[in-house]
Amino acid sequence: MIAQFAVVLFDGFAFGMLLFVLSVGLSVTLGLMNFTNLAHCAFGMVGGYATVIAMNWLGIPFLLGLPIAFLAAAAISVVLERTIFRLLYGGTELSQVLLTIGIVFMASASAAYLFGTAQQPIQIPSWLRGSYEIAGQNFGIYRMFLSIVAIAIAGLLIFGLEHTRFGARVRAAVDNQRIAQGLGINVDAVFAVTFALGCGLAGLGGALAIEIVGLDPSFGFHYLIYVLIVVAVGGLGSIAGSFVAAALLGIADVAGKYFVPELGSFLIYFLLVAILFVRPNGIFGRR
Amino acid sequence: MTDTTQTRQDPHVWLRRKSRWSVTEIAFWVIAGTVPFLFFPTYLTLASQIAIAALFALSVDLVLGYAGIITLGHAMFFGIGSYAAGLITKTGWGEPLTGLLFACAVTAFVGFLTSFIIIRVRHLALLMITMGLGLLTVELANSMSWLTGGHDGLQGVDVWPIFNRFEFDLWGYTAYAYAFIALLIGVAISRRIVHSSFGLALTGVRENITRMPAIGSEYRGHLQTIYVISATMAGLAGALLAQTTETASLDTLSFQRSADVVVMLIIGGTGRLYGGIIGAIVFMIARDQLSGVNPQYWYFWIGLLLVIVVLVMPKGILGGLARLMGRRN
Repeated sequence: MIAQFAVVLFDGFAFGMLLFVLSVGLSVTLGLMNFTNLAHCAFGMVGGYATVIAMNWLGIPFLLGLPIAFLAAAAISVVLERTIFRLLYGGTELSQVLLTIGIVFMASASAAYLFGTAQQPIQIPSWLRGSYEIAGQNFGIYRMFLSIVAIAIAGLLIFGLEHTRFGARVRAAVDNQRIAQGLGINVDAVFAVTFALGCGLAGLGGALAIEIVGLDPSFGFHYLIYVLIVVAVGGLGSIAGSFVAAALLGIADVAGKYFVPELGSFLIYFLLVAILFVRPNGIFGRR
Repeated sequence: MTDTTQTRQDPHVWLRRKSRWSVTEIAFWVIAGTVPFLFFPTYLTLASQIAIAALFALSVDLVLGYAGIITLGHAMFFGIGSYAAGLITKTGWGEPLTGLLFACAVTAFVGFLTSFIIIRVRHLALLMITMGLGLLTVELANSMSWLTGGHDGLQGVDVWPIFNRFEFDLWGYTAYAYAFIALLIGVAISRRIVHSSFGLALTGVRENITRMPAIGSEYRGHLQTIYVISATMAGLAGALLAQTTETASLDTLSFQRSADVVVMLIIGGTGRLYGGIIGAIVFMIARDQLSGVNPQYWYFWIGLLLVIVVLVMPKGILGGLARLMGRRN
């Protein structure tokens, strides 16, 4: 029984770490520009398909495919941010929601057109496959790899945000955009770089997700809900908040589906509504 | 909103003048009430679906366009109304009008309960709460398959003829007339609401939520009231769908339906009552025509349309038309 709990905890944490990589960028960009970007997961999908192309068509190894996913998603996000998204920074929330949902629709239909609606398989290297058996339960090696990558990213982000000059600028802009601008910080440039980084991370998340949850054209929609839950519960602009919220969500989701499968995702949505009812700004949100 | 210069007069005179039915409106209703019967008798089923979608979009317009509550989960009420109307016939009572009343009562109650959550939150949390409540309802309906029939939908819905005379026929004559009258009543009620002092207070909340309490208008009660009204109307639309198609399915609760209705409303134009109707007509006819061509890629065009509407015509088709007319004058 305890071993069962351990494996659910382990799988849930790994899933949560995947959600963390997918969502942390959105948390920061939302806190920074107040731009409700529902297309965030579509960038994750771009990263996923970039890896599929790199690996299956060009024969590039998996570990090189991951940075390619990051770069592809970041590059596309910069183009969209500089051309379309920036037009709506002062706009209403509704127009931002609609524009980005429209982009998700287009991305998902384009993916279906280009790649078909089937799941995209990839071949991960043999040293990542298989699992360790402890007390009769299997602990997947890929999930360990995923958790380590995500924790490393969280560490890097927290270090970057807390201890570098650029991080200080980002924090200043999140806290008070107008005063940051008044102090001579180029908030627009800070935002563009942060946006690209965040979308790049989403792309990386999309690539890492293929092995665990698969990749198909509905990715941008399906995981959007998870990502939004992480952001809304973790609070805007908080990396630690996103990390904890993602871990909790992952564990709750896996545990719910493992122990009470007949409820489906009911538990997750119930928790979401309950948490936001009690704390509308999220568990770690300040605003 | 444009004739602010006249507000110096007695406000009631101003409100009454704003609420007068215009010639265009009356012409629209006459056309909508006759043309499908006379010229498109084979499309009456589609026409009834459009009227139902329009009523649903109208209910969303009341909260989104007037009160500024962005909702991504309104299908929750549509679906609950649909199941309520379907389930009451399974108890052996198939009278349609009381069925509608029952469905309205159920959704009004659910709307009242959820309105306490809705008024607590704004911005992202509001989006998430509405979406979360919608998804929660889907999961509930799915897991309570003994009641809802789960993925197979509700089977064996048997609706009696309206007034014991008008049977729901295969061609949709009754269905369209029924849905059309419901839509007309819905619009009449909505017009009365938005052209009242209550409607003005709602617009005030939408424009500036912090200023409303400052001028002595408590907004929470207003928001709750309109939310319940809107939920009831969405439930009515869902009930109409259940009765005219004699089934209720999980699809009526889905996120897709919540998103579609917002898309319809945006295409037509928010905060104008008729925006949802125009949007529903454009959306449903386009889907009917295009889904034959390539159903898989239909959402690409919807997405493109959304992007274009947001960037070029932020007020939708009706807003764009109004601007063109204004320029000509």
